Amino acid sequence: MTRAKPEPVQVVKQRRDAALTSLVQGVPYIRFLGIEFDRRGDELTGVLPYAEHLIGNPGLPALHGGATAAFLEVTAIIGLSWSMLWDGVERGELDLAAMQAGDLPRLPKTIGFTVDYLRSGLPRDSYARARINRSGRRYASVHVEAWQDNRARPHAQATGHFLMPRKDG
Amino acid sequence: MGVNSPQEILASPTMTENTEDTDENHHAEQLRATQQFIASLPHSKALGMRVISAGAGTAELAMEYDPRFVGDPESGVIHGGAVSALMDTCCGAAAMAHPDVKGVTATIDLRIDYMRPATPGQSIRAQATCYHVTRNVAFLRARAIDDDEERPVASATGTFTTGTGA
Repeated sequence: MTRAKPEPVQVVKQRRDAALTSLVQGVPYIRFLGIEFDRRGDELTGVLPYAEHLIGNPGLPALHGGATAAFLEVTAIIGLSWSMLWDGVERGELDLAAMQAGDLPRLPKTIGFTVDYLRSGLPRDSYARARINRSGRRYASVHVEAWQDNRARPHAQATGHFLMPRKDG
Repeated sequence: MGVNSPQEILASPTMTENTEDTDENHHAEQLRATQQFIASLPHSKALGMRVISAGAGTAELAMEYDPRFVGDPESGVIHGGAVSALMDTCCGAAAMAHPDVKGVTATIDLRIDYMRPATPGQSIRAQATCYHVTRNVAFLRARAIDDDEERPVASATGTFTTGTGA
């Protein structure tokens, strides 16, 4: 039994990060909000660095519910897209050059999205992680949680249903 | 929590001297209060939201098309998150415009259904109604439309805190 020699770690990481960066940077609203993604293997954590323009209540101050909702929705959509792309990235089948040139894969479309505001969003960085509870050919269901200082004390959570892009483009 | 208002803005009575207590005056006053509220929210300002109208428990807000708010680069359609922010702000404004709601309000939950993509290049308007208020909770309904008013882009239902126990 022989098996292919594993690729050097730098090559694998470079390919994964390049795919993720083009996916995230290709969406103007993600750049507008300043959302970034931290990747460990296939796991993504959304990061929303604090910025003054995200504030909804200057008195407290607290993050705007709309900024939090958008952060959760972005994390869900990127999480879904990333899971869709992962196998292609791993097999080296994804056309990275085309993607970097702006030819991005079709993104899932939000059907419905419900946000629960559990605590006031403080003027500091937020983190979010998405869990795909169901991923079918046409529909997907995703749960997202966002927290700030303590993972166990989320400031918001959301559940959304998404229409998946057709595989044939 | 979600949308809130600095209490001093609500607490300040605007132009109550030498004006008769007519519906027209009340509407103008409501509109001014809502405009002040929106102007005080950095995120709503960053998204260019403006108040079109406000009444007792109702509000209508608009957000211009902006390439920075695009969620689907291929079609140029505005991101759902920007529509959420508009709906959330509009519902918060309508809750605060309800006569039985005093002081700060914050979003408890908000559900949005996206019926169709907003047409690229057109501004999006949100119309919210506060249809019920209890001591602690305001219940809101809203819809988002573009130039084709007959076919809403999105609809929303939400609950907001009332009173100071946010």
